[in-house]
This record gives sequence, structure tokens and C-alpha cells, in this order.
Amino acid sequence: MTGQIPLLEARRLTVGIGGKTFCRDLDLALQGGERLAILGRNGAGKSTLLSVLAGLRAPQSGEVLIDGASYAALGARRSALIRGWLPQVRGDAFASTVLETALVGRHPHLARWGWESANDAKIVRDALAAVDLADFEERDIQTLSGGERQRLAIATLLAQAPRLFLLDEPIAHLDLKHQIAMLDLFAGAARDCGAGVAMVLHEPALAWRFCDRALLIYGDGRCEIGSAAEMLTVERLSALYQYPLQALESNGRVSFIPR
Amino acid sequence: MPTRRRALLIISALALLALASMALALMVGSINIPFHDVVAILFAAPDSMPAEVVLSLRLPRALSGFACGGLLALSGALLQVLLRNPLADPYVLGISGGAGVGALLAILFGFGLIGVNGSAFLGALGAMLLVFGLAHGDGSWTQTRLLLTGVIVAAGCGAAVALMLSIAPDDKLRGMLFWLMGDLSQANDPRLVLGVLVAALLVCLPFARELNLLARGADMAQSLGVPVAPLRRGVYVVASLATAAAVTQAGAIGFVGLIVPHLVRLAVGNDQRLLLAASALAGGSLLVIADTLARAIIAPQQLPVGVLTALIGVPVFLFLLTRDPQAGR
Repeated sequence: MTGQIPLLEARRLTVGIGGKTFCRDLDLALQGGERLAILGRNGAGKSTLLSVLAGLRAPQSGEVLIDGASYAALGARRSALIRGWLPQVRGDAFASTVLETALVGRHPHLARWGWESANDAKIVRDALAAVDLADFEERDIQTLSGGERQRLAIATLLAQAPRLFLLDEPIAHLDLKHQIAMLDLFAGAARDCGAGVAMVLHEPALAWRFCDRALLIYGDGRCEIGSAAEMLTVERLSALYQYPLQALESNGRVSFIPR
Repeated sequence: MPTRRRALLIISALALLALASMALALMVGSINIPFHDVVAILFAAPDSMPAEVVLSLRLPRALSGFACGGLLALSGALLQVLLRNPLADPYVLGISGGAGVGALLAILFGFGLIGVNGSAFLGALGAMLLVFGLAHGDGSWTQTRLLLTGVIVAAGCGAAVALMLSIAPDDKLRGMLFWLMGDLSQANDPRLVLGVLVAALLVCLPFARELNLLARGADMAQSLGVPVAPLRRGVYVVASLATAAAVTQAGAIGFVGLIVPHLVRLAVGNDQRLLLAASALAGGSLLVIADTLARAIIAPQQLPVGVLTALIGVPVFLFLLTRDPQAGR
């Protein structure tokens, strides 16, 4: 893949917060079609790194490029046409319907005075259907359950239709069926549309199943990145989570369970 | 599904309400003038006593009231989005407090109307810069920090106002109290506030959809393509100047800036493309109606209009709050 501009590139990136450094001199390149899992303990800096990669927070040093350009050079709106970000926590200060909320994802595609067209509505309805919220259009978001809100956030992201998906715990609050369905959705976007996906996960087995590569953040400034097969081993994961794990293989898939 | 057609329909209906409130304000008072006479006066400007009352007393006052109500409601709507707090109002960031200190100082020293207005505006501007400077101090700009700074500055201004009231001579006390409660009786030149209202709306409307996103959170908005930092600064400055202009013209009229954006939001939803203009029209209409009642109820005596805005707004708001929340959707 040499010569091709990566969808996401981090150069000698150092990220920290409040005097604590999470990763030092990280080099990372993500091509379209690739899926990267980001794993680490609570507070290891996964979300902070992801928001730096999303251009929402400045790194301590180094630079982040999407599609070969920095966020500053692109500006907020053109950046939003390339990368989408799924936040871990959301707060809704005001009431709003599910449809209105998902329509927000179309913002970067609309002109300054533009209103959402029938085509935008169709894109949003398809996104809602894709996350199993087709019949929820008129529901107030404040009446949704945690899992439904999570799927609505994913629908908003799908409506945005970026090429790079930066997902902070995309399967938080979801039941098992929807966990797999959502991860299939993003794996499909990578496979069929050439999207790049980087996601924070807490379940190494799902990282093993849905990602090509993994970034391990140890929380003390050390980071390791490599292929999923190379990174997701019992030794590395036990060290990462500071708890002994055991691998179970069945039907060609691996699970990691605490000893 | 928000559409331009629905927005235009609602804006047109509110524009009619605004016209009706203006007509009412021109007809009603210590002498009542029938509607067709008012129309004749407006178009022909005859030289008569009713014409004098309508053109030099009621019309400037009604237009000032409309502009001030519109400015306060617009500013409240903007600050509720900026602070992501439904309880924010134009005065929460200390602007009316600053204006109050300025105005009362001027009254205390016996300045005329222009001196009082100028001093109130300087006070509002001072409070605005103080809050912005303090909240912006370390570059981070959280809503909580801004809100707390504003509340504290407002409290400080409140103390200064109380001090001045307690040492003021009796003959000046009544003027001071009326200023603090909000009063349109001195508002006889509406051009400046009307200009500020039009300018503020023109500046805000192109950014209305970005404000929709800002209401959903700064990071969310940034990731969807909103340049959050400059937008926030802009909203703060516009909302502050709108409040300063209204407070300078009419004193600290309460309630309009908090309740009108809520009323409009409950009735038509939280799309700023519609909400900002609708709030301005509804706020202007409410203040004109309230001021008309303030002039008429115990005419020729006049009540402070702030009392009336609260008396009208509270029952309407409670009614909207208790009805079925899905009915209006």
C-alpha cells in the first residue's frame, strides 16, 4: 500500500492529560478498508487518544493528518466530511425527536442556508433502519433507553457518512445481538465502502473477530500496535489488563476469559 | 421533519401576532382610539390630539417595547444554547446587573436620561467584558465556568445596587425602583434598539443550524463540522450586546428572556432556524401587550411593565408545561 495517502495518520504523537502521558511518539497509519481496535484499562487514555485523532483536542506534540491534511488546514466542515466521531458520553439538554437528532448528521453536507431535503431524510431513515430504530422516528430522545440512545448516535454517524469512523466504545450499553449487528455494520462499511474504522473496545474477543489490527495502550506511555493476531495474545492481554487471562478457541474464534 | 415551509408559516403567524399587538398598543390607553382612526392617523398623519397621542407617544413606545422584548427573547434563546442550560436568561451572565449599577449611579448623581442610558450601557459592557475575561482566563471555556462567573458578577452587582438603593435620597428612590423593575415610559426613540434587533437577527440566522449542533454539545458540534470556539465567542458577544441595548433602553425587564424562548420551544420545537426569529417576534409581541396593559389597567397611572410580563407569562407557561408534551409535535 505504499504511495497511497492513509485515511488517518499520526506522526510522533504524544498524548496526555493533567500531567499524565498516555502514549509517547506514536506513529500510526490507517488505510481505507482497515479496522483498528484500541484496547487498554480504564483511564489508560483510549478516549483521549481518540479525541486527539478526531481533532477535538490538541496533542502534546506530533501531528494528526486525515486524508493527508491537518484538521487546521481542512477546517471544521471539510473535516466532518472525512471523519466521524462517536462520543462515549452524551448529554441532551433539550428535548428532541429521534428523527431530528439523526438529521443533525447531515449538517456538513448542507449549505449554510440549506434545509434537509427529501434525499437527506431518506439517508437518515435508512440509517435509523440500519440500527433497528425504524419505528422510533417521532420518539423523544429523553424517553429512549441507554442502548437505544447508543444506536441513535450510531445512526447519526451513519447519516454523516464519513470515510473515517472513530468510535469510542461503539457497543457500550448494547445487548449481544446489537453488539454484533453494530460491529458487522462497521466491518461492512470498511469492506464494501473502503471506510477506515478505529474503535475503542473492551472485549478482546470482539477485537479479534472484527479488527485487522490492534493498538494496546498500557497507560504509562507505552503503546504497541500490530496485527490483531500478533497483539491479541494471552501474554500481552494479561499484561495489558493486569489480570491473568485464558484463551478459549472454538469454531475458529478465540475468546479470552479471566482466570 | 423540519421544513422551510413550516418555518415560514409559523413566522408569518407570529408576524401577524406582532402586528396585532402593535395595533392594540396604538388603540388602547388613557383615551381609547378606534382601529380605523388609528389606521387613518398612520397613513394620513392629521393634525389632531389623537394623532399626536398615537404618533408621538404610543408609536415610539410600542416600537421600543417590541424591539426590547425581541432583543431579550433572542438573547435568552442564544444563551440557553450557549450554556446548554434551559434556565439561562439574558441576565444570568451579569449584564443587567452591570447596567443596573451604571444606571443607578447616574440617577444618584442626577444625570439626565441620556446620561442614565449611557451609564447603563457602559455598566453592561463592563460586566460583559469582566465575565468574558474571567471565564476565558486559562483558555478553557466550559459552560459551568462561564455560568458561575456570570452568577458571581451578577451577585456583586446586586449588592452594589442594594447599597445604592439604601443610601439614595427618597426623591430618587422611585425612579431607581422603576428602572430596576423595567419601564418603557422613558423609551421615546426606538430607532437604535430596532436597528440592534434587526442586526442581531441578521448576524445569527446564518449560523442557526450550527447553533442546533452546539446545543447538543461542543465536541459533538465540532466533530460534525462546526467551528465551536469562534461560534461561542460570537454568540456571547451578540447575546450580550442585545441584552445591553434592551436593558439600556427599558431597564431590567424580567421574565421575557427566560420564558419566551421556552414557550416557543414548547410550541414549535428546538430548531434554532425557526426558534431565533420566532422568539424575537413572540418576545416583542409579549412586551408590547404587557406594556399596553401596564398603561391601561389603572390609567392614567402606569405600572412597571416587568410586573405585567410576569403576570401574563406565568400562567401561559404553566399551561404549556402541563399539556401533553407530544400534542404539539
